[in-house]
Amino acid sequence: MNGFDISNLFLSIGQVWTEWLLQLGLSAGWVSFVNKLAGAVLVTAFAVGTVVFTIVGERKLIGRIQDRLGPNRVGPFGLLQTVPDVLKLLTKEIITPANADKVLYSIAPMLAVASVILIWGVVPFANGVMGVDLDIGALYFVAVSSFGTLAILLAGWSSNNKYALVSAFRVVAQLISYEVPLVLSLLVPVLLAGTMSMNGIVQAQAQGWFVILAPISMLIFFISSTAEVGRSPFDLLEADSEIVAGYNIEYSGMRFAMFFLGEWIHAFTICGLTATLFFGGWRGPFVDQVPALGVIYFLVKMFAIYFVHIWIRTTMPRLRIDHLLDFNWKFLVPLSLVNLIVMSLAARLTGMPRADAALGELLPYWGVLLGVNVVLAAVTLYVLGVVGSRIRRRQEAAREPEPAVTGP
Amino acid sequence: MTYAVFILFTLMALCGGVLVVTQRNLVRAATALVLSLFGVAGLYVLLEAGFLAAVQVLVYIGAIAILIIFAIMLTRRMVQGDESGLNRQWGWALVSAVVMFALFCYVVVKAWPLALGAVSAPAVPADSTEALGLALLDWEQYVLPFEIASVLLLSAMVGAVVIAREKHDS
Repeated sequence: MNGFDISNLFLSIGQVWTEWLLQLGLSAGWVSFVNKLAGAVLVTAFAVGTVVFTIVGERKLIGRIQDRLGPNRVGPFGLLQTVPDVLKLLTKEIITPANADKVLYSIAPMLAVASVILIWGVVPFANGVMGVDLDIGALYFVAVSSFGTLAILLAGWSSNNKYALVSAFRVVAQLISYEVPLVLSLLVPVLLAGTMSMNGIVQAQAQGWFVILAPISMLIFFISSTAEVGRSPFDLLEADSEIVAGYNIEYSGMRFAMFFLGEWIHAFTICGLTATLFFGGWRGPFVDQVPALGVIYFLVKMFAIYFVHIWIRTTMPRLRIDHLLDFNWKFLVPLSLVNLIVMSLAARLTGMPRADAALGELLPYWGVLLGVNVVLAAVTLYVLGVVGSRIRRRQEAAREPEPAVTGP
Repeated sequence: MTYAVFILFTLMALCGGVLVVTQRNLVRAATALVLSLFGVAGLYVLLEAGFLAAVQVLVYIGAIAILIIFAIMLTRRMVQGDESGLNRQWGWALVSAVVMFALFCYVVVKAWPLALGAVSAPAVPADSTEALGLALLDWEQYVLPFEIASVLLLSAMVGAVVIAREKHDS
């Protein structure tokens, strides 16, 4: 052991911890097992623990945006509001409807939470500080997300309630549709970085964050992952101000809360993923000298994006179901397909810059990719304008002429 | 430790398989299929084929199993308690199952006694995913099957859209 390196705090703690375990007389295999177990517990604890703060934070923030105070009764500034909420949920009776499929009915909420927590296994907090650095990290993220869809389908079916089932179909239709642009836009950072490893993608952003090189992909990713969470403006399926509830209508107590726990974790998880894939993750000034700073940079970026997410949530009106699906299939999917082709051609033509490229060499690379994105955005807006005005003209032509006003 | 995990995943795959054929309720059977497929994905992880494992979860659980459950839910009554596990094809199914089982028995007996540990597999190359991708797009290797599969999927997709399209007869 060569001293406790404070600049790489988290890896140093891990080193001390491992050596302590070895001194206890555990064999190397057991130490590795205990370490992996501890890693899993830590990542899960981070995801679930953060929710406690984001719930209060989000409620306060929504309150401020809507010119209210938000929760302000429990604890200083209402900061402890979540504690009585959780206690209430924990003590409520868990009801299983008659003729429900009991096994699947109790598995579904667990699956909903697990599918989101599993994503945190591959998100890098700092260089090397992550659950596991899979070389297929991006693919893993897409794979585990599919458990969420399964959970909702099972919840809707096992409740033995036709409204829950219909709602589950609607939710799954939305989730599956928006998965297509999500994956297609996820491919662009993978393409630019030349790796599917999440840490590798962050390291590749030393030559410029991908939000500069591929802003359209970032927007598509953020929009479609917001739809995956099912938050406003994509929350018509769970519109709590209009309908009772959706696939979770029969659930009560903590099982009911599990679906919302999953949704709340998912909300900041997509922000963490956006920060990792497009905003340089743990990258920031002096991060090469002091790797521990990466955790702070990552969290700052994540919560900055989360702020925008809440901002959108409170200000955007809901979409209608046909608008929602049209927006996906007629706009996002074609755009992300074209974007993927254009970006791969552009990246191929410019070639990847060397790792130690100077600023002068990087500028043309940035310029080409950014320019391609700007052109693509301009073309998209132009096409949208033309098509939109044509549809509007057709609608106006089809409309019946208004009855002539006859004077008295 | 690896053996414990191996046994866990094998049990998942086998129990899931048994449940698929014994469950009378089709949705539960489809869910058991998910369990079985997940167990197989776990076995892929143990074989250090992480890419295959992720694709297994993504394609079989994320797409196929959900499609099966969707189809069952849309075509059957909601909670259909008992349904016979047999249909008119049970005879042929029995024949093929017996033939398969005999084949497996033959292979296992032929390989008996199993020389566990005596055969050391070569180490998995670190960039197996990259090698797989290059092989699929290599002109001399698998690019033709890859492209044929892509065209087949594309035509199936177009066909599905044509079938699902609303007819405007008016």
